[in-house]
Amino acid sequence: MSSIFILNIIRFFLLLAVQVFLFKNVGYYNVATAFPYILFLLLLPLNIPNWLLYTISLATGIVVDMFYDTFGVHAAACCTLAFVRIIVMKLTVDYEAHETLATPGIGEMNFRWFFFYSSVLVLTHHLTLFMVEAFTFSNLHYTLISAFLSSIFTEVVILLFSLIFYRKTKR
Amino acid sequence: MKNIWIFIGKYNAFFLFLLFFGFSLFLVIRNNIYQRSYAFNSANLIVGSIYAHVNEFTKYFNLGKANDRLANENAALREQLRQSLYSNIVDEHQVNDSLYDQRYSYIVARVINNSVHQKSNYITIDRGSLHGIQKGMGVISADGVVGIVLNVSPHFTTIQSVLHPDTRISATLDTVNAFGSLIWGGKIVDPTKAALRDIPNHVKVKEGEKVVTTGYSLFPSHIPIGKVIKSDMSGDSFLDIEVLLDTDFSTLQYVYVVLDKMSDEKQELEKLNTENE
Repeated sequence: MSSIFILNIIRFFLLLAVQVFLFKNVGYYNVATAFPYILFLLLLPLNIPNWLLYTISLATGIVVDMFYDTFGVHAAACCTLAFVRIIVMKLTVDYEAHETLATPGIGEMNFRWFFFYSSVLVLTHHLTLFMVEAFTFSNLHYTLISAFLSSIFTEVVILLFSLIFYRKTKR
Repeated sequence: MKNIWIFIGKYNAFFLFLLFFGFSLFLVIRNNIYQRSYAFNSANLIVGSIYAHVNEFTKYFNLGKANDRLANENAALREQLRQSLYSNIVDEHQVNDSLYDQRYSYIVARVINNSVHQKSNYITIDRGSLHGIQKGMGVISADGVVGIVLNVSPHFTTIQSVLHPDTRISATLDTVNAFGSLIWGGKIVDPTKAALRDIPNHVKVKEGEKVVTTGYSLFPSHIPIGKVIKSDMSGDSFLDIEVLLDTDFSTLQYVYVVLDKMSDEKQELEKLNTENE
């Protein structure tokens, strides 16, 4: 219990540090930007209560917003991510087959499930993020292209992280 | 009530999402200048378009006011113009001014015969063609318009006064730019009154408003004619305006014949209009 708690805290700070100090400066001509910090939200325990998930998501988003000077944009995207996470979990996960506080990573689940799960969540997060950031439906195609390319970028980074820390998350 | 809580509890993910996402958007709009300006702009776009549509209707209600304002502005501007020298000159008189060409001059004449109680009233004056009077000139008095020169002899001139059913004088209201014609006769037999016709119904005419000449024809503009005493809707689209004449025809003694130096030029030019048709 407490080890999961500490693990998540460490993950939170590590991913946030990587996000704001490294990936903030990495991008492909402002078209594709990676936001791998959401891996933290993806890897929150399976049976986390909804209200806690939302609160954590909002807090994470606000912290990222502070560094990006876009107050509320990441918060909104993270709330959407939390909502979609709950739906996807409800549809695809057989809760009885897992520990209550298991981490939904590659180690606990399988690669195919994690790939699907992360793709959907990353895509929704990025769509919300770019739409709220643009805050207009003009130049919609540009916004969508940005969101899509950034999703691919983020997804690749997230899969890389997951594979690198594969053994560790497996415990 | 209990069912509502059960419902909300069952779909708590969705309602929590609404709550948190709404809060995030609130933060976004509240704290980011770009989104804020855009949100308020699009709000203004909606409100603005509604206002524009409403204004489409309401502006018709304000047309009278707008016209009055424009007319007042015109009147004020007109006052700044050097008007065509209406003055109490006793004989034909000119001002030598290099800036302004003299257009109108006046020949003073004494009334030697007059009538006001006939069906058609005429005035005779003691000046004629020897003094430069020609047929069709306008005649005014110190108080206002008198009539139009009808026939000229070397020493005398007869004037078809305003109190004649065939006399039409182009007249306008002091503050409104609608013009009509001043007529007398028919129903109107009172020598102190006349009627102003052809002013459209939409013009707001106040009682006591001045009626003046337009300057389109024989008279300089803004020569007084009379005051509106009654304004009614008639059956057609024109107002039925009753005018109290400024000129007291029964006590008329001296009149001024208006010499328009440019009338020939004007008539020749205007003749081209009909020739071209």
